[in-house]
Amino acid sequence: MKIRGAEAVMQSLVQEKVETIFGYPGGAIMPIYDALYDFRDTVNHVLVRHEQGAIHAAQGYARTSGKVGVCFATSGPGATNLITGLADAMIDSTPVVCITGQVASHLLGTDAFQETDVIGISMPVTKWNIQVTRAEDISGAIARAFYIARSGRPGPVLVDITKDAQFGMVDFSYEPCTKIRSYQPTPVVDEQSLHEAAVLINQANKPYILVGQGIFLSNAEKEILDFAEKTGIPVASTLLGLGSFPSDHPLYVGYLGMHGNYAPNVLTNECDVLIAVGMRFDDRVTGDVSRYAKQAKVIHIDIDKAELNKIIKAEVAIHADAKVALLKLSALVHQNDHPQWLQQFRDLEAVEKSEVVDEAIHPSSDQLKMAEVVNLLSEKTDGKAIVVTDVGQHQMISSRYYKYRGNRNNVTSGGLGTMGFGLPAAIGAKLGNPEQTVVAIIGDGGFQMTIQELGTILQSKVDVKILILNNNFLGMVRQWQQLFFDRRYSFTEIVNPNFTAIAKGYSIDALKIEERNQLDDALSTMLNSKGAFLLEVVVEQEENVFPMVETGASVSEIRLN
Amino acid sequence: METVYNISVFTENSIGILNRITIIFTRRHLNIESITASESEVKGVYRYTIVVKTDLDQVKKVVAQIEKQVEVLKAFFHSDDQVVHQEIALYKIATESFVNGSTEKIVREHHARILTVDKEFTIIEKTGQPEELQELFNELDTYGVLEFVRSGRVAISKPMKTLETYLKELEA
Repeated sequence: MKIRGAEAVMQSLVQEKVETIFGYPGGAIMPIYDALYDFRDTVNHVLVRHEQGAIHAAQGYARTSGKVGVCFATSGPGATNLITGLADAMIDSTPVVCITGQVASHLLGTDAFQETDVIGISMPVTKWNIQVTRAEDISGAIARAFYIARSGRPGPVLVDITKDAQFGMVDFSYEPCTKIRSYQPTPVVDEQSLHEAAVLINQANKPYILVGQGIFLSNAEKEILDFAEKTGIPVASTLLGLGSFPSDHPLYVGYLGMHGNYAPNVLTNECDVLIAVGMRFDDRVTGDVSRYAKQAKVIHIDIDKAELNKIIKAEVAIHADAKVALLKLSALVHQNDHPQWLQQFRDLEAVEKSEVVDEAIHPSSDQLKMAEVVNLLSEKTDGKAIVVTDVGQHQMISSRYYKYRGNRNNVTSGGLGTMGFGLPAAIGAKLGNPEQTVVAIIGDGGFQMTIQELGTILQSKVDVKILILNNNFLGMVRQWQQLFFDRRYSFTEIVNPNFTAIAKGYSIDALKIEERNQLDDALSTMLNSKGAFLLEVVVEQEENVFPMVETGASVSEIRLN
Repeated sequence: METVYNISVFTENSIGILNRITIIFTRRHLNIESITASESEVKGVYRYTIVVKTDLDQVKKVVAQIEKQVEVLKAFFHSDDQVVHQEIALYKIATESFVNGSTEKIVREHHARILTVDKEFTIIEKTGQPEELQELFNELDTYGVLEFVRSGRVAISKPMKTLETYLKELEA
């Protein structure tokens, strides 16, 4: 029996076990929305308030659930509104499939109403994209899309479907995609390089493991733990890797990068063998690359071959899935421990504690500080809430002071640094994990970039706890202006609306606090509330995030103040 | 050190793949000296010859990014001494210059071919390397070249591993 192309889209999504779609209807995607109407009991479509919200929600959903996030948007502006999210998902390796409507194929290239070259525009920010102009090509394109999005190094895929293809009739059949000749997502690990790596590791006096999001993406949490415990090697994490190694483990030494912990940055330039797993040596991690771990022999494990030797030259480059490589490597390495080396981390950690952390989480100042809020939240949730952040000072504070102990409970915009990511991503995270507490920690600036998604929370009754750390500044830019631009605060002071009133306008309970003695109760109220809640915490205006590796500095030159 | 590199890319026949390849260069502020594309000896597989001037480190990274594209089967880079390369050039000159000048002698000396003779113009073809093509242009231009076009480089690498072998490996 023939069905419409639009129904073939829905049937294909059902075949891919899609349960949740984030989207926004419009002219060119109307046939698909019409087909969706018949699937409204089996597929949960979440109506967002802006397409950027749809894709960030799909990202939050994908990052926390391990499934592919799906969104719908119409042609033209609907499709272009996805671009920021596509770029974010691309650089942070997030599996997302976007389905966009397109004008009818005979109108392509005519500047028709709401026509835009979304294939051309999205090309640099998608892992793959395709335009479908015939109903019979729909299921094949969607099958490929899901396969490509989730396999290898995951990423965003866009399928653009013309309106005539949506209306066209087709004999539906669905064949999941399992192989594409020109695409080899599962590398065969080179045994020789594993042996070379094992020799380096077995001989090392000061070996050091860096973990990234690749641990989550390959489900290698257990394998990295086993490997580290067998070899006794200290482990540090990138921003997106936070939580992939338990933060309370004796071998865990902290968070890498510009605003990371003191010890893991400084000792990068002292280790003799650096084992990087599922991370890509982002410039926020490395600081000045010409003075990054020059003394060390680098072993780099990554599933994306193009990342090997891209930034840091590897002595041993292992093109592999992290889980596979770690399993094999664990069998080749000796049982070992490195107590003196680990002690070096602990000594520097003590320095950071006394010079930065103690004051940050137990401030002597009158005004509330961001770190004490996050620290208390971490204690109250036992490090197990899903914490979704936006971008800026609050993000760095969250990554420093939230003690991630959950499974994939850290969602943040890393590579792209997308302000406005937090609120919609938290919506997606909650819908993917209904049983878990989801807290969106957001600054007053970023919150207003996607504030319209409060409407999604209202309509879809999404139980997200929104914690606004309000300093009435675009804080991170202000910090840089203070440190590097002679305190010329060019357009970083921000006049804010009444956030609690806005929340209440969306029927979301809200509370604003300014005093330290209100904090404990306020956080409890937020966490115990039934349904969504917004807590605005007014914090010190001109607080700076330290430690800091300044631009152009080496990681070992990290400033404590 | 900047050197000329010949990048060979083998792709599936899909819309947009050329764009995916060229944006890799654009993003790195790299200028493409020339680019040619055609179907290869294997039906449905297209080959591109892209010439760039850059350093070894950069060309390695660019080729890695090209090969990462889903519809790219394989990408290689070679320096000039590792490939055999040619270009074709067409020259349009006034037919009159054969009568009044020594164009005929120039054409003979350069082993060029005459493709078309019209009352007003003659089209000359020459294959060779850019310097040779330019040399012919310079000589003809003393009589005035009305139009001149070069094809851009096509190149075949000297190493013997065939595309078929790679395809078999990919399909294994």
